[in-house]
Amino acid sequence: MEVLQQVLQQLINGISLGSIYALIALGYTMIYGIIKLINFAHGDIYMVGAYIGFFAITQAHLSIVPALLISFVVTGCLGMVIEKLAYKPLRHAPRISVLITAIGVSFFLEYTSMYFVSPTPRTFPAMFGDVAVSIGGIVINGQQMLILGITAVLMIILTYIVQKTKTGKAMRAASFDVETAQLMGIDSDRIISYTFGIGSALAAVAGVLVGVYYNSIDPLMGIMPGMKAFVAAVLGGIGILPGAVVGGLILGVVEALVSGFISSTFRDAAAFAILILVLLVRPAGIFGKDVKEKV
Amino acid sequence: MKFGSKSLKLMAAAVGVALMGSVFAGCGGGAGKSDEITVGANFELTGNVANYGSASMDGLKLAVKECNDAGGINGKKINLVSADNKSEASEAVNAATKLISDDGAKVIIGPAVTANVIAESQVATDSKVPVIAPDATSPDVTVENGTVKPFIFRSCFIDPQQGTVMAKFASENLKAKTAVIYVDNSTDYSKSLGKVFKEKFEAAGGKVLDQQAFVAKDTDFKATLTTLKAANADVIFVPAYYEEVGKIVKQARELGITCPILGTDGWDDPKVADIAGADALNNTYFSTHFSDKDDSVKDFIDAFNKEYGHAPNVFAALGYDAGKMLIDAIKRAGSDDPEKIRQALEETKDLKVGTGTITIDKAHNPIKPAVILENKGGDRVMVAKIMPE
Amino acid sequence: MKFLRRNDLVMLGIGIVIFAVLQVLITERIMSSFWQLNVIIIGINVIMAVSLNLINGYTGQFSLGHAGFMAAGAYTSVVLTTFFHWPFALALLAGAVVAGFLGFLVGIPTLRLRGDYLAIATIGMSEIIRICIMNIDYVGGAAGFKGIPHNTTFAWVFFIMLFALFFIKNFVNSDGGRACLAIRENEVAAESMGVNTTKYKVMAFTIGAAFAGVAGGLFAHSFYLISPNSFTFMQSFNYLIMVVLGGLGSITGSIAGAFVVTFISAALANWPEFRMIIYALALILLMFYRPQGLFGYMEITDFGPFRKILKKGGRNDA
Repeated sequence: MEVLQQVLQQLINGISLGSIYALIALGYTMIYGIIKLINFAHGDIYMVGAYIGFFAITQAHLSIVPALLISFVVTGCLGMVIEKLAYKPLRHAPRISVLITAIGVSFFLEYTSMYFVSPTPRTFPAMFGDVAVSIGGIVINGQQMLILGITAVLMIILTYIVQKTKTGKAMRAASFDVETAQLMGIDSDRIISYTFGIGSALAAVAGVLVGVYYNSIDPLMGIMPGMKAFVAAVLGGIGILPGAVVGGLILGVVEALVSGFISSTFRDAAAFAILILVLLVRPAGIFGKDVKEKV
Repeated sequence: MKFGSKSLKLMAAAVGVALMGSVFAGCGGGAGKSDEITVGANFELTGNVANYGSASMDGLKLAVKECNDAGGINGKKINLVSADNKSEASEAVNAATKLISDDGAKVIIGPAVTANVIAESQVATDSKVPVIAPDATSPDVTVENGTVKPFIFRSCFIDPQQGTVMAKFASENLKAKTAVIYVDNSTDYSKSLGKVFKEKFEAAGGKVLDQQAFVAKDTDFKATLTTLKAANADVIFVPAYYEEVGKIVKQARELGITCPILGTDGWDDPKVADIAGADALNNTYFSTHFSDKDDSVKDFIDAFNKEYGHAPNVFAALGYDAGKMLIDAIKRAGSDDPEKIRQALEETKDLKVGTGTITIDKAHNPIKPAVILENKGGDRVMVAKIMPE
Repeated sequence: MKFLRRNDLVMLGIGIVIFAVLQVLITERIMSSFWQLNVIIIGINVIMAVSLNLINGYTGQFSLGHAGFMAAGAYTSVVLTTFFHWPFALALLAGAVVAGFLGFLVGIPTLRLRGDYLAIATIGMSEIIRICIMNIDYVGGAAGFKGIPHNTTFAWVFFIMLFALFFIKNFVNSDGGRACLAIRENEVAAESMGVNTTKYKVMAFTIGAAFAGVAGGLFAHSFYLISPNSFTFMQSFNYLIMVVLGGLGSITGSIAGAFVVTFISAALANWPEFRMIIYALALILLMFYRPQGLFGYMEITDFGPFRKILKKGGRNDA
């Protein structure tokens, strides 16, 4: 019984962690889906989002929901600006140069932030006491419920946007084939810009939620979660939205179980090992379609 | 594809500028001005542990500034040159080499992290430049294969002292019979403290039920804490740095772990209380170098607050101490000759530094007391002050 | 095809002249020890960049795990020199064999993957190597391996670098190299023309990894202490940056890339707080103005003045 209880607790921990990965992975996968760019700066966008939320709460004395909204909007705009300045001029350059630019943008965001906010971690003020629900010895606290709730809401909204709105249809068309979409009268530059905006905004929400959940943020906080989210996106099948969510959740749960029952020092190794194993069986990720080679 | 002559010229120009730069950089340092004493600061200013390195750097800067404002040493000002080691051992060697060869540093302070100091120590020894490590608490820093490294000093106490103090405190004061240990596997500091604690706690009749590990920069500890909770021990010992400690304490309490949690000087930062919250932090104890309630420390804390607008953490305090040790040694050496400074450092005795009074022993470690603080209702109360055996 | 052609001899001569000049600067202490150390680092980075270029640039396989192979070579050779007192050269060789073998092992299964999937799988492999090292107390675990003899000298680095350059250049111009280029240009077409793509991809991986292993050994023996922190995926990114900056598929480019990146980092050492910001901007700007890298597919021998010295021939890849 005790073991079962532990497993359930680890599952709860893993799912909350996985939701964060999923939010970041969604941005990764959306951007990849359209311009085939591994946006290594995505993890740092998440960091910037966390700082914007932090300053909204501590300097402007806002509560969590307006802070989330501000971070969502500002970071979304930042994502669009970065796309316009750094990636758009390279639209026809080799993919690898865009990738290097993304690494450059990542360094730039990390170290300009470090210059302005200092490398010392900042702490979020406690937003809502110690709300915690205990069901049969399994504890779910307020922050975890917030994370799960907000992630679920955002995913429903995102699904709606992508499936039902005109922009969403254009996005799907563009991710299928940018050039054909353009021929059909879709302004692909605008769609790419929107995609960056939405992806960055989602990462920002993840950033603020992490700040509230773990209470501490620092300028390099984005490196590892960024990498993990990339792993999650690939695990699910890069470019596929539900894949990113499932990949994120799997990764979160695997990490929690490995830390809980083996050792957390092997947690990252296990995450990568799962990735490689999945890729060996399904080279395009869990939901990925094996594209037939064109000769 | 062809290179036009224009791009060739551009490239040639770029290479030219680059070479010029290197020549200037090469000549920039050297001897330094005669009315200045050049001191190198090799710290983690970017990378993984930039927060620790830059805090020590802040403390050191304050000590140097106070000295220079008071007219310097025998009329000579201290010129502090900093170099970034990117939180990496090989870069620590690179930075130390630059400080010695290009900037003409007579003494080096730093780095913060043990591994980086050990990497640097060879370069410093080869070029006969003394080093004061402010925060590196592993015994290996100053001693290698049983012999003391002549040029390496430190301004903090060492791991065995702290580990022993905490093990004793757990078994005698808290009457703990069982303990679990949760260490940071990415630092020597945490691992060696875990080892000492286990040894001493078991020697005192206690039992260590489980030992788990995490790695620096982890954010989610719930999984492992859930396992540790199941062991149901009397105390949990977490020798680690504040960033992770804050999260560990917070998450442990959230999971319903109520037993005392013990720690070491890595806990000594106001951030722990910010991250964990005052309530969660109740019933936790840690050993450190000073109590901020101590009158002798007040001057330093006020000065630091005035300079930077926030209270110093342990890294800043130890950086300041290293600066004080350095200034005192240069004063007594009466010159900026590295060998004379080295001798003066060895003879450091009853020197008043930011966190108390220190005397350097034969192994180049300061003899200084450890204090044990209890976190209670958002405040820290000193429960013991223990001199080394 | 002859192993050494006239051009190679001319280049070897130029190499020896460069070596002599630098060696004099070092022994006469005209160059400060900081720049001496950085010349050594540049040499090591050239080996890393050119061996990564073989995988990424010439064979077109997107590998991002080069730091992992470097770690394997570094740790193998330091264990052998420090604990077993092997001669340096033999230890380096052993490091190369172990890293090459790992490259071979990693190569076989992961080469089923393409493009970005391969990239993330190789990052994963190198992180797994690093995490394993971190958990082995025999080699010092996370705290690092201490007490490494200081064997790496400028001469060692320079001549191994020259060897790596010639080896890879000749490989690229051999039948195997042509097969690799064909794979890069179009894998399916190459396969249908009878190129055993798996064999050549694994071969490129193995050779690249082996040289990374040697570079790791040289790296470890110049710093007294190595820790797993020196071999993170950020480090792999750094090597990738060098290769792309110089030009994928250009050996001259890899040399230039390694030089520029190391040089920028060292020259900015005086401004630690702006170093990374400037580096990031330089990276972005370089990609704007030369997205194909400094040299593209070109080699230095393709430029006017060199054409006159060197008789052209045998090089018509790009």
